[in-house]
Amino acid sequence: MEFERRRDTVTVRITGELDHCSAQPIRRELDGLIADPGVKKLVMDLQDMAFMDSSGIGVILGRYRALALRGGKVAVKNMNPQVKKVFLLSGMDQVIQIM
Amino acid sequence: MKIINEMKLEFMGVPENEGFARVAVSAFAVQLDPTLDVLADIKTAVSEAVTNAIVHGYADAPRGIVTVAAALRDDGVLSLEITDKGKGIADIDRAMQPFFTTQPEKERSGMGFSVMQTFMDKVTVESTLGEGTTVRMQKRLREG
Repeated sequence: MEFERRRDTVTVRITGELDHCSAQPIRRELDGLIADPGVKKLVMDLQDMAFMDSSGIGVILGRYRALALRGGKVAVKNMNPQVKKVFLLSGMDQVIQIM
Repeated sequence: MKIINEMKLEFMGVPENEGFARVAVSAFAVQLDPTLDVLADIKTAVSEAVTNAIVHGYADAPRGIVTVAAALRDDGVLSLEITDKGKGIADIDRAMQPFFTTQPEKERSGMGFSVMQTFMDKVTVESTLGEGTTVRMQKRLREG
């Protein structure tokens, strides 16, 4: 997982597949990236994420809840059609920006 | 309507097999030359059903066997059965409600059945407490 920090924003590129099997290690890595209270925005670049099921909804919403507690937010970008379909079905676009 | 091909997989209910199951079913379905979007729908629905079997069906007895049976029909429909012999579902209607989950602390979204219903043409669930659950799904891959 590649990431870049600029001021209060962390941009992370998630690769591979996000399902129940991979959710726990991805969740752990993301939590590490936003552990610094100075991080206010997490941008997930999903260009290289080939697949996501509803386990991914839990992972993304969980990071949103953690950042919202400190007034922060989460955004996603470069979703493939399959990932976007799951994303929109969950209604996450109500609280998570699509860049 | 006639079955033109069928297959059956049995595997241990461990998370590492979620990806195996969806790729195997997708490879089987490709015989009817579906679009990439339809294949993606099938992979997603299979992933949800198999994950439910592992996470919920075998919550109290990990490593039980999950069975995935698939059939291709001459009318262009793929039919799937995902079965576990786990603990069963107490209230199927409630379990199928969007965002209902028995494991919020594990960040389960409760959207598994909603995804299956959205991505497939037909989804039915049969479950008996203490005996297990079978999810049956159908998807038209091409006009028959």
